[in-house]
Amino acid sequence: MSVKHLTASDFYSEIASGPVLVDFWAGWCMPCKMLAPVIDEIDAEAGDKVKIAKVDVDAESAIAMEFGVMSIPTVILFKDGKELQRFVGVQPKETYMAALAPYLTGGAAS
Amino acid sequence: MYDIVIVGGGPAGLSAAITARMRGKTVAVISNNRTESGLYKAVEIGNYPGLPGISGAELSSKLSMHAAGMGAELIGGRVTSILPVGKEITVGYGSEILTAKSLILAIGIVQASVFPGEAELLGRGVSYCATCDGMLYKGKKVVVVALSPEAEEEAEFLTSIGCEVTTVKTKKIAVNSEGAEGMKKVVSVTADGTDIPCEAVFILRETIAPGSLLPGLETEKGHIKTDRAMRTNLPGVFAAGDCTGAPYQVAKAVGEGQVAVLSAVDYLAHLEKSQ
Repeated sequence: MSVKHLTASDFYSEIASGPVLVDFWAGWCMPCKMLAPVIDEIDAEAGDKVKIAKVDVDAESAIAMEFGVMSIPTVILFKDGKELQRFVGVQPKETYMAALAPYLTGGAAS
Repeated sequence: MYDIVIVGGGPAGLSAAITARMRGKTVAVISNNRTESGLYKAVEIGNYPGLPGISGAELSSKLSMHAAGMGAELIGGRVTSILPVGKEITVGYGSEILTAKSLILAIGIVQASVFPGEAELLGRGVSYCATCDGMLYKGKKVVVVALSPEAEEEAEFLTSIGCEVTTVKTKKIAVNSEGAEGMKKVVSVTADGTDIPCEAVFILRETIAPGSLLPGLETEKGHIKTDRAMRTNLPGVFAAGDCTGAPYQVAKAVGEGQVAVLSAVDYLAHLEKSQ
């Protein structure tokens, strides 16, 4: 799977079920660029067990406002549409992987 | 990609850069304007061996010239975030990024204390990076707490993109919020006893606390924890000088810079062997 770019038209349906990790970013944000390859790596490792997605807060400011994203990068882990955990700023890959760990074990995709 | 990137252009960082070049490594040193440093302002340094009575400004200039003359790349800028990715380390400064195989933190005396409200409101209106988050506050009231030389430029940037900026230079700051637990938002900043309503506060210090700069880095009472070889708890990351603890002396910083870079050179050799 590749990292999916979400917009207002598909954001809510995409996060509605299962675990979804969403990276809120913008093109002007240098730390977001640093984080991008990490998000790609997480996506490669998560396979189809966890959906990995991105929201460009510049284009989708309404979503960013709704979820109170006031500093970027912010990464939010959703489970069945509910916010489970939030990471503000650039964090090491291990931090995100630890949050995803419960969903990555076992064979069946949720 | 550089072999070694050094954050901080004081005695520790420049000493490390000089020895890095002696060992044939490519090295970049990223630092704030050195004329703002405590060393530069020191009228006289009495105990640096061999150079009695040298001024801080002169020693600082000589160290810079020595490092630059050896082929170290000296880059001006304020580092805002560091991220190790696999066997590379990415360092973000201003709106630029560079990558290296190893990192030496020589960031000087770090302010361990944070303002009331700062830590819990980070990402909820508190920001350390104007270029990252400024656009989110277009047309809104923001406060810049300008405690670094580059802060004025960042305040100008915020004004240029349409933020309503109030700049304060005091350290008597409290960040106030409203809202339920988990949904708190910044509503004002108290600076020197005066309340300034705002939606965001950009706190721009000369150095960002090491733990915020590089998440996962072990610190102790605000100092970066190292072993005798100046290794931190993170692979490929070393530290030297005042940021590792007292005594805050030039001679100690220079020595630690050298130990740190030799450890980095050793690390690079192992890295090559493992590939």
